[in-house]
Amino acid sequence: MIQLSFNHLIYLVEAARWTILLSVIAFVGGAIVGLPIALMRVSKSAALRGIAWGYIQLIQGTPLLIVLFLSYFGLGILGYKLDPLVAAGLSFTFYAAAFLGEIWRGCIEAVPKTQWEASDCLGLNLFQQYAYVILPQALRIAIPPTVGFMVQIVKNTSLASVIGFVELARAGQIVNNSTFEPFAIFTAVAAIYFVLCYPLSVAARTLERRAHAGRS
Amino acid sequence: MPAALEQANESVVSVKDVIKEFGPLRVLDGVGLEVERGQTVAIVGRSGSGKSTLLRCIAGLETVQGGSITVCGHPVGRPGSAARAQLRRDVGMVFQSYNLFPHLNVERNITLALTLVKKESKGEAKRRAAEVLAMVGLTDKIASYPEQLSGGQQQRVAIARSLALQPQVMLFDEVTSALDPELTAEVLGVMENLAHQGMTMISVTHEMGFARRVADVVVFMHQGKVWETGPTAEVFANPRTAEFKQFVGSEL
Amino acid sequence: MSYKFDFEFLAERWPDFVAGAWLTIQLTVLSIALGFLVGTLCALARVYGGPVLRRLAGGYVEIIRNTPLLIQIFIVYFGLSSLGLKLSAEVSAVLALTINMGAYTTEIMRAGIESIQRTQLEAADCLGLTRLQTILHVVLLPAMERVYPSLGSQGVLLMLASSITSQISAEELTATANLVQSDTYRSFEVYVIVAVVYLALSALYRLGFWAIGLILFERRRRLGTPL
Ligand SMILES: Nc1ncnc2c1ncn2[C@@H]1O[C@H](COP(=O)(O)OP(=O)(O)O)[C@@H](O)[C@H]1O
Ligand SMILES: [Mg+2]
Repeated sequence: MIQLSFNHLIYLVEAARWTILLSVIAFVGGAIVGLPIALMRVSKSAALRGIAWGYIQLIQGTPLLIVLFLSYFGLGILGYKLDPLVAAGLSFTFYAAAFLGEIWRGCIEAVPKTQWEASDCLGLNLFQQYAYVILPQALRIAIPPTVGFMVQIVKNTSLASVIGFVELARAGQIVNNSTFEPFAIFTAVAAIYFVLCYPLSVAARTLERRAHAGRS
Repeated sequence: MPAALEQANESVVSVKDVIKEFGPLRVLDGVGLEVERGQTVAIVGRSGSGKSTLLRCIAGLETVQGGSITVCGHPVGRPGSAARAQLRRDVGMVFQSYNLFPHLNVERNITLALTLVKKESKGEAKRRAAEVLAMVGLTDKIASYPEQLSGGQQQRVAIARSLALQPQVMLFDEVTSALDPELTAEVLGVMENLAHQGMTMISVTHEMGFARRVADVVVFMHQGKVWETGPTAEVFANPRTAEFKQFVGSEL
Repeated sequence: MSYKFDFEFLAERWPDFVAGAWLTIQLTVLSIALGFLVGTLCALARVYGGPVLRRLAGGYVEIIRNTPLLIQIFIVYFGLSSLGLKLSAEVSAVLALTINMGAYTTEIMRAGIESIQRTQLEAADCLGLTRLQTILHVVLLPAMERVYPSLGSQGVLLMLASSITSQISAEELTATANLVQSDTYRSFEVYVIVAVVYLALSALYRLGFWAIGLILFERRRRLGTPL
């Protein structure tokens, strides 16, 4: 019979706070690194484009789990203490930056060429063109897919459990080790993830629809 | 038209008091129509008068709210019924937008139904495809894909595809209205040949010249009703209603 | 930095990596194929099905897409066995990966199927094709061609995500790495090797999808134009 106690559920919900924290770190870190990656991808310099492209191919062609292990053990090689939070934060930053960079590149390229030409004619320099003309427009296009990608981030933070970071998935394993009710526990864990992710999915879809309606 | 005279009175399509509604909108309001074997019927009328809907009802693509339709003595029937399967053997339909299958080449577009529906062997089906393509003058396009053909050629393939199934009656819904004048002529030429060979045809058309030259009977639709009908020469010579007079005047 | 890289363990352990990679390929090719089947059926249910079927397929997609694969794998492997349905790690892996791939494929194929115009269905109907014949010969192939790039990307993502099945000790590539690193203590080197193998597998899978596309889409092969 299901013997999942109220205390266990509280423990899981509390662990979900770490899932949210990891997600925020991943998103902020991914955004900070991802924007330069996106700008490099559309740069005039072939070298910058190539580096950004290579980075994206590398991350998108490797399992996130392996990136996590590499960060974790790589930190050790560099002489740092093996800290799961640091390793997870780094890995998710690398990971999110590659995907956000690729998503945002598409959004920047979706801004009509004429906007570049028009702002060029006004005498704006490259920085001004990006800051005042291109990025504000790209931002609007970028919001729906970015929100959609947040769902991937939240779900993928579950992998931090593998290097011993106690977030929601790891908390589920810990509870399971004492109660041996895997079906009930992992279903509860899945339900909590669902509560975190589903609103984001719905928001992404709604924003997407609204953007389409606005454009046509 | 010897064929038509010989077998006069054999009704191929019989439409009686048909009512068709889309929600609150009554699109066909008690329509009747009799088409005899070998006849060519031209349906004309303003846009929105219900011409396409009538044709789609005969083809079983729409369900009617009242009245009855029979083709070769069989009721139109429901999707999936034996009567519907019979209807599919008797009726061929050609659309304004050709509706060829874009991923299949010309030959496969034609042989698809022959092998799947008529269960013909590949060889038989291919022979038949070559035959009907010759009839529409496109023998050399047998291996082409739809996107490689002009609109007129695509429409001729669509006619050939229908023809291959040897229907008792062919329905044409404004098959030339998406085409340039030159391409229109080649498609109308094919249809005229068919009419001369004795095919029973119902054609919704804007081409008054074609209607006058080829059709045995003209049906003028207006506000969901058969407003005026009769033998082509007669109807055009003595229009009875003001609406038809005005319509003929505006189409000149 | 005084660390010395040492790949010597490869001389002895390379057959383990090969075996792990081979299991990864087997698990994921099977899951991608089965997931495609499940996803296509669910997509058909979502587009052409009645209200009940549509809801069921929609619920399946939402549940799977909004929960982590890791937890899905735990539910299939630990959860089902606690309910009395004991599956091996490999079977559990294929089951969980198939369910996961199926949900994403449903959404992808739905977009493809919805792009097929109603007039195509009417034309097929007028030619006398049954509903099943219409779906098989008129709908599916063009639908698939339109969304084929997304299907391919999803397949590669699934192959990479299969590394998560190492957590239920399916002896695939990542689990092999975990084992070798705990034997040799050359953790970083082991995961570098495995990362390279995964990169190669990604390229291989992309190549595979491209080749299958060539075989499937004859018109595209001949003309090179998008549908
Ligand atoms: N599927 C439909 N749903 C709602 N209204 C329709 C539909 N098809 C046709 N109609 C309406 O029925 C009327 C007749 O249409 P149609 O038969 O296409 O006319 P025609 O072919 O003579 O131009 C029009 O007012 C049209 O808007
Ligand atoms: Mg019409």
